[in-house]
Amino acid sequence: MVITMKLVKTEDKLPISYPSEGAAGKTGTWRLERPIVNNEMCTRCFLCEIYCPGNVITVDKEGAHIDYNYCKGCGICVKVCPKNAIKMEPEEE
Amino acid sequence: MGTLELKKEKKVMTGNHAVAYAVKLSKAQIISAYPITPQTSIVEKLSEFIEKGEMNARIIKVESEHSALAAVYGAAIAGARAFTATSSHGLLYMHEWVHWFSRARIPAVMAVVTRTIGPPWNIWPDHSDFMDQRDSGWIMSYAMDNQEVFDLVIQAFKVSEDPSVYLPAMVGLEGFILGGTSMPVEIPEENSVLDFLGERRQPYSVADEIISVGNLTSPEETEQIQMGIQNAMGRAREVIKKVDEEFGRAFGRSYGGLASCYKCGDAKYVVVTMGAWSGDALEAIDVLRDNGIDAGLLRIRYVRPFPIEEVREALSNARLGIVFDRSLSFGGFGQLYSDIASSIIGSGTKKNLVNVISGLGGVNISSDDFVQAIKSIIESYESEGYVHPFLWYHQGEVMKYQHIKA
Amino acid sequence: MSSATDGKGILVVPACCTSVVVGTAPKTSMRMPIVHVPFASAAAVASGLREALLVRGLEDKQVIVWAGDGGTADIGMASLSGAAEKNADIIYIMYDNEAYMNTGIQRSSSTPRGAWTTTTPIMGKTEPKKDVARIMISHDVPYVATASIAYPHDFYNKLQTSLKIRGFRFIQLHSPCPVGWRFDDSLTVDVARMAVETGMWILYEYKNGAIEISNPSRYLIQQNKFKPIEEYIKIQGRFASVDENTLKDLYEYRNRNIEFLNKLAK
Repeated sequence: MVITMKLVKTEDKLPISYPSEGAAGKTGTWRLERPIVNNEMCTRCFLCEIYCPGNVITVDKEGAHIDYNYCKGCGICVKVCPKNAIKMEPEEE
Repeated sequence: MGTLELKKEKKVMTGNHAVAYAVKLSKAQIISAYPITPQTSIVEKLSEFIEKGEMNARIIKVESEHSALAAVYGAAIAGARAFTATSSHGLLYMHEWVHWFSRARIPAVMAVVTRTIGPPWNIWPDHSDFMDQRDSGWIMSYAMDNQEVFDLVIQAFKVSEDPSVYLPAMVGLEGFILGGTSMPVEIPEENSVLDFLGERRQPYSVADEIISVGNLTSPEETEQIQMGIQNAMGRAREVIKKVDEEFGRAFGRSYGGLASCYKCGDAKYVVVTMGAWSGDALEAIDVLRDNGIDAGLLRIRYVRPFPIEEVREALSNARLGIVFDRSLSFGGFGQLYSDIASSIIGSGTKKNLVNVISGLGGVNISSDDFVQAIKSIIESYESEGYVHPFLWYHQGEVMKYQHIKA
Repeated sequence: MSSATDGKGILVVPACCTSVVVGTAPKTSMRMPIVHVPFASAAAVASGLREALLVRGLEDKQVIVWAGDGGTADIGMASLSGAAEKNADIIYIMYDNEAYMNTGIQRSSSTPRGAWTTTTPIMGKTEPKKDVARIMISHDVPYVATASIAYPHDFYNKLQTSLKIRGFRFIQLHSPCPVGWRFDDSLTVDVARMAVETGMWILYEYKNGAIEISNPSRYLIQQNKFKPIEEYIKIQGRFASVDENTLKDLYEYRNRNIEFLNKLAK
């Protein structure tokens, strides 16, 4: 006979977290410069999406889209793009 | 896989084997332990149960005690009833994990076969290793004989898995004196233990939910988590008493809750002890009573949560409390003495307390030793109206252990 | 790794950069359960976790340790060896940024010879880099691999291979740290690639008692087409004080590694 386990919650505060967006805040505010994609030069090779350490680039038929809420401006996408289709521009203000 | 259905029977066994039988009947699913004298026969017996097919559990033979409690945590956090056992240096090696475990609020049980701390190398018992864990947030209980060892381990699973507690629990027993000495232990019928314990409950599980445990947290929220632990300790007092009563109804043995009193009601002198030597102290109480001394014994069963009310009540009519500690916080006091003094001071009543440190390093203390020490203390107290509160009883002599004016 | 495990993974993370990267309570940034654990014990927690999954009939969930070089090569070495020796059914990924980065760039046993760290500030590290993957090979576990963040498809494939094997699987993932290695963020992938192209990091797999060197390392070794190590050194500020002797040591280090791998190669 094997014992079973039942989850029974407690009112006490526990060291638990639940998955949610922005677990470290809107990290886009950390940026000093932002990458801009020229989607006419983009060949949809997906390399920027694969290499982006922040997981903020999504590539589809229309091109490479960057979520500027969370892009930290590291510039890796600029360097890995085989078509030089991405350029860094300084953040305004 | 066939599990041998145990019928109720009385067997003669060592304290270590009593632990193993209790863990077996509690249907622990994961065992992870590292051998250390005087705990080894617990793990050896459990290995035997598992390899014979009598216990449906998996055992992880880790490479250190730190890893042992780590593996128990991994198992517990994934929903399994898990257990480990250790002593002395092994317990100290896993100390980081002792804290992590309770602060994570996950139930599990550990047996501590207490042994002193080195150097020098010394395998014999005192309470130093056990008492060193007092601050951690574990439920801590200590047995007087092998039957109580068995009973406390089963009750530890129940208390620890209670949703109003959710704290890991450790059960202490002296190495060799209980761990290695055979005594009669009544083993209940297997299904009755399962009925008593019920299914395992825990507050969260990474095998059943998508959650993250232990992320970096703000100071305010961290303090709230720690307040939760203290609140759980408070609620644990009621749970422990309830479990002790339920155990009494189910198995015919009840011990009186967090502490138990022998002839304390009218005692002028209340002696306080914890552990196996309480048996010798009980004999001493009877000898003292025969000699016209109104003495009583308060036996501490649970160190955490500390039995504040029970202590206040037991000492309420006493002229003098004589607290025996089998461990010491160097530069300070015996730990039971400190907790008792703290419990009393809040109540606003003044009480005379004497601390007697004894039996460290495994020194054997007999009922004659208790009689001798207690008599000498009472004699000083009655003739001079005073006795130095910090004493050490060693090889027949009573000496001061704090070199200050009391 | 998240996509490779497809919702069935449980991560065990000891103290390391990732402990902080995943975000602060009450939120967490991953849609996989994460168990944060004390520094030295990730492998032990993971083995206990996996045993509980087996005893509860939840075998399809994979337990993956995601640990840094500090928590693996140094303080975690004992529990790593213990879990490997028992062939614990877990995947252990050591992401190697070659120092204790989370606490401010102190040296680890995985720091390479000659590198500046805050605890090797003038002379650079005087000992060679400890080879944890080789230690795992010595434990003869079912699968050992090296990977690099510059070759994500190779890493993904090695993960996929791991997921289909039972027993202890170890992957050492080279992960340059711009802050600790002293180079501009944007060059992270270039630096990782340069490590492979100069032979300072060699990609391979060990299974069934033999080594299979992965491309491009295999091609580079066979054709002896490594770029000079100087090119790897000059793009990182941490190697600023590397002199002739140290460079010589680094060339010998590379050659000894290749020799060892070739001996075990199919």
